[in-house]
Amino acid sequence: MEEVPHDCPGADSAQAGRGASCQGCPNQRLCASGAGATPDPAIEEIKEKMKTVKHKILVLSGKGGVGKSTFSAHLARGLAEDENTQIALLDIDICGPSIPKIMGLEGEQVHQSGSGWSPVYVEDNLGVMSVGFLLSSPDDAVIWRGPKKNGMIKQFLRDVDWGEVDYLIVDTPPGTSDEHLSVVQYLAAAHIDGAVIITTPQEVSLQDVRKEINFCRKVKLPIIGVVENMSGFICPKCKKESQIFPPTTGGAELMCQDLEVPLLGRVPLDPLIGIQEFCNLHQSKEENLISS
Amino acid sequence: MEGAAEPGNLAGVRHIILVLSGKGGVGKSTVSTELALALRHAGKKVGILDVDLCGPSIPRMLGAQGRAVHQCDRGWAPVFLDREQSISLMSVGFLLEKPDEAVVWRGPKKNALIKQFVSDVAWGELDYLVVDTPPGTSDEHMAAIEALRPYQPLGALVVTTPQAVSVGDVRRELTFCRKTGLRVMGVVENMSGFTCPHCAECTSVFSRGGGEELAQLAGVPFLGSVPLDPALMRSLEEGHDFIQEFPGSPAFAALTSIAQKILDATPACLP
Repeated sequence: MEEVPHDCPGADSAQAGRGASCQGCPNQRLCASGAGATPDPAIEEIKEKMKTVKHKILVLSGKGGVGKSTFSAHLARGLAEDENTQIALLDIDICGPSIPKIMGLEGEQVHQSGSGWSPVYVEDNLGVMSVGFLLSSPDDAVIWRGPKKNGMIKQFLRDVDWGEVDYLIVDTPPGTSDEHLSVVQYLAAAHIDGAVIITTPQEVSLQDVRKEINFCRKVKLPIIGVVENMSGFICPKCKKESQIFPPTTGGAELMCQDLEVPLLGRVPLDPLIGIQEFCNLHQSKEENLISS
Repeated sequence: MEGAAEPGNLAGVRHIILVLSGKGGVGKSTVSTELALALRHAGKKVGILDVDLCGPSIPRMLGAQGRAVHQCDRGWAPVFLDREQSISLMSVGFLLEKPDEAVVWRGPKKNALIKQFVSDVAWGELDYLVVDTPPGTSDEHMAAIEALRPYQPLGALVVTTPQAVSVGDVRRELTFCRKTGLRVMGVVENMSGFTCPHCAECTSVFSRGGGEELAQLAGVPFLGSVPLDPALMRSLEEGHDFIQEFPGSPAFAALTSIAQKILDATPACLP
């Protein structure tokens, strides 16, 4: 495994290969040559590819386990209810690809065609791509460092034959790291409509989500709004509401007010996942997307 | 990495436990925090190393937000949470100028900081160092394991929730442990059911059975199920000591039992 200097300035920094801490690093020459600083040709290739994709939405969080994949899957399904709308769902969570399981597509494989990789179609108008489809066993772990994950994301954006798409929904892993930087960079020339940020009501989620909102602002990614998931639980027996994840610091509502981002809605915790709630939420999401 | 471990700052640390998942939001930080508190209540000296650089949750869970990290002659002094210095913590959360500042780093920079956290924090004498990790099987995990390997970690506690979508990710994490030679001490199932405070009906909010199934599949011990417990949630939000304050609460029994199993599984120290 490669040794990286303690104070690595980063391959794309102005100091790349030139800093004192670069001495002795195996990548020093490469960085100093400026290879890290030239724009990746893939960005233009992806821009071309994305010409057939009308809207691109990232589903982000910062916090893990808040329901990004669940939300992405339900949003995709909701939008695909209109048979005339073509939907694409891209899962760039390389280490923990949940979308195949949530969409009931486990075990499906990806096929190559002359025009690239074919997504897996769960409906005629809903195609899905995930690293999950490239793994041969449910126990296969993807133990990759950043650069290899970035390469996969580049391939997903450049080499998948999505065709004519109305909405591309991109499900992301938690955090603010390689995957997030890469998807924003690779789609830089192709225009992302914006990000939907998912949270749960507790402060332990909100504190990560505030960071994600700052990330979006840093990389100039428009924020469509925030969805508060797992917002209250209705007991199936007595129908009374409990707060399993209490909004001790005001929940998403207060955070959205403070940071001036729209609160798109709240979704309750429901063991069966309330279909009605999601349909209503999808409707409001569509309206937001069309107006943005 | 050099072959034999230089004594360095981990010389006084007897046992290292990593808390892993693969899946996000299952309660790794919660389990790390409560395990550390339970071990401390059992009279042990405990340190917590939070290597989740993007989402450092532990400072808040222990009421330590905003504390400053000081340099000492052996490197960084960890933040002590009590006067007796029986519980200490290091997290990137202490190094941020503003709490909402995002750590937007690619792999190499994350790896470099994790190596520093392992080698440059003056932990002193500890019975246990609990290492909380972010979700996934990537840079942070590889960096942490590489840096800790010379110190022979006791093993990993793998946390899941009952649903299939968690179990799916955690199976991959178990593969990761196998491939990196990290012993799995056991599986903990978190968020195992919720008892309605109004009518006492227990609902499997996040499905059921995943933890035990996973442990059986992987041939590792099942350490226990921790139910969803609003008192635990509040303690974490407000940075209180749940183990001390809520001994009658649903999650208390499960968490203390898990801590006891860890104590029982810890080999007696060599002189």
